Amino acid sequence: MLVLALDTSTSTVTAGVVDLPESGAPVVRAQRVSAGARKHGELLMPHVLEACAEAGVALRDVDAIVTGTGPGPFTGLRVGMVTAAALGDALGTPVHGVCSHDAIAREACATRLSGNMVVVTDARRREVYWAGYDAEGYRITGPHVEAPAVLVERLAGFPSVAAAGEQAAVTGLPVIGPATPGPAGLVAVAADVLRAGTDPGPLRPLYLRRPDAVEPGARKRVSA
Amino acid sequence: MTSGLVLGIETSCDETGVGIVRVDADGTTTLLANEISSSVEEHARFGGVVPEVASRAHLQAMVPAVHRAMTTAGITARDVDAVAVTAGPGLSGALLVGVAAAKAYAAAWDVPLYGVNHLAAHVAVDTLQNGPLPPALALLVSGGHSSLLSVPDLAGPVTPLGATIDDAAGEAFDKVARLLGLPFPGGPHIDRVARDGDPSAVAFPRGLTGPRDAPFDFSFSGLKTAVARHVEALERAGTPVPVADVAASFQEAVVDVLTAKAVRAAREHGMDVLCLGGGVAANSRLRALAQDRCDAAGLVLRVPRPVLCTDNGAMVAALGAHLLARDAAPSPLALPADSSLPVTEVLVG
Ligand SMILES: [Zn+2]
Repeated sequence: MLVLALDTSTSTVTAGVVDLPESGAPVVRAQRVSAGARKHGELLMPHVLEACAEAGVALRDVDAIVTGTGPGPFTGLRVGMVTAAALGDALGTPVHGVCSHDAIAREACATRLSGNMVVVTDARRREVYWAGYDAEGYRITGPHVEAPAVLVERLAGFPSVAAAGEQAAVTGLPVIGPATPGPAGLVAVAADVLRAGTDPGPLRPLYLRRPDAVEPGARKRVSA
Repeated sequence: MTSGLVLGIETSCDETGVGIVRVDADGTTTLLANEISSSVEEHARFGGVVPEVASRAHLQAMVPAVHRAMTTAGITARDVDAVAVTAGPGLSGALLVGVAAAKAYAAAWDVPLYGVNHLAAHVAVDTLQNGPLPPALALLVSGGHSSLLSVPDLAGPVTPLGATIDDAAGEAFDKVARLLGLPFPGGPHIDRVARDGDPSAVAFPRGLTGPRDAPFDFSFSGLKTAVARHVEALERAGTPVPVADVAASFQEAVVDVLTAKAVRAAREHGMDVLCLGGGVAANSRLRALAQDRCDAAGLVLRVPRPVLCTDNGAMVAALGAHLLARDAAPSPLALPADSSLPVTEVLVG
C-alpha cells in the first residue's frame, strides 16, 4: 500500500512517500524534509510533488494519506491538515489523522526501551507540548501543554528513561529518536487502520489551547 | 480565448467561500455556485473578527464547502480547468488555509493555480451580474478595506488612488454600532435603524475633505470619536440617546465622503463607470446616494447584489476565469499567502 505522509506540527515541514507492506515496518520510498522552516505553506506542496517524483509515483497512485494532527503551533499545523484533507478529497483517497507526538514516539521506540519515555515539542510562549509513552511507544498520558518546569515536576509521577522531540532536552533525560515526526513514524502509527481499511474519522487538530480572545469590557470613554 | 470552469477559494477573513464560474470562448462569465460558510456568529461576542477563531473555522469548513459548490454546480473533478485562490491581502493565518487547500486541489487535479488579489476579485465579481466591465473606477468598502482603485482592465494592473489612513469604513460601522448598543457586525444594524432616523440630526465631521487633504484618501477614526463624544455628552446630561438619528447621521457622514470622493476620482481619471464592492456596498444608503451622484455626474453605477459584495468564492473564481480566458501564466505551487499583498499585484506570479 502506497501512503503519502505529511506533518507540519513543528518547525519542520515533512512530506514522504511510504510503502506499507502487508506485514512489517513501513518503508520510506522518498521524502522531503525542511528543518527550521517558517514557510510551511510555501514548502509543503512542492515537497509533496518532489517526494512523489523521486519515488516515481503520481499523486493519483497514492492509496491513503496520513497527516499529523499536532499538537503544534496552530498556523503551521493547519497547513498540513488542510493540504491532506484537500488532497484526499480531490483524489478520493482516505485521510487518516494521527497525533504527531505518537509518530515521534513510535520511531524512538523502534527497539523496545527499558521503561517509559516522553515526547516534548515547542509550544512557544515558554511552554511545551508533551505526552508520555510506554516502552513500545504507545501513549499513556497527554498530549498536554505546560511550562517546562511543570513537565519536569510531572516526571516524578511518570518515571521515564528517555525523551524525544525538538524540546526533549528540557527534561534532562537522555535524548533519543527523531526531533520531529517523520514519514515512517506517521505511517507506523496508522498501520493497523490502514491495513484493516477502516474508514478514517473526521480530522481533528490537537490545539490544546483556546484562541486568544477577550470579550470587550465596558466601553472606554473618549471625552475627559 | 480559453473557455473553462474555474473553482475559486476565499478565506481572507471570516467567510470560507467557494465559487464556481464558467467562462465561455467569447469571454462571458457565468456563476454556477457560490457556497459560503461564515464564522461571523463565533466572533460576535468579541465585537470583531478574532483571527484564530476564523482560521479554525476555515480548516473545518474548507473541504465541505468545495463539496457543496461542486454539487450545486453539478460538476465533477474532471470538469475543473483551473483553481483560483485569494493570496492576499487579509488575515495571514486565514489566507494560509485557503491557499494550502487551493494548491492541493490544483496539484491533485493537475490544473493551473491562480493566486489572486482579494481587492481585484471584489471588482471582477461585478461581471457575473452586469457583464463585461469597461475601464472603471472602483470603490471597495468593507470591514477590512476602504479603497479607490482605477481598473482599466480586470486582468491588468490596478492603480490605487486612495485608501483609508486609519479605520476601514466597515470597522467604523462596527464601532459605532457598539456605541449605540447594536450587535456585531454593525453595518446591517446601522442601515436598519438609520431608516427611521434623520440623517441631518447631527452634523458629524467629514474626514479628509479639506482643500489640502489627500483628495482620495479616507479617514473614519475622527468620525467614530465624534460619535462617541456625542453619545457620552447625552448620557452625562441624562438625555436618552436618539439611536436612529445618531445612526442615520453617522451613516450619512460615511457615505457622503465615500461617494463624493469616488465620483470625483472617476471624473478626474476619465472613467465613465463607477463600480462598488465590499460588504459596506450592501448598505442601502450608500447604494442610493451613489446612484444619485452618478446620475448627476453622468456616470454609470455598477453594484453587484449584496451576496456578491461581501467576501465570497465567486469573486475569486470570476477573476480566475478572466485570467484563464487570457491564458495567464499560473502561480507556482510555492505561492505564499501575503497578508499585505499590494493591490497592484492582481495575479501573484
Ligand atoms: Zn473583502
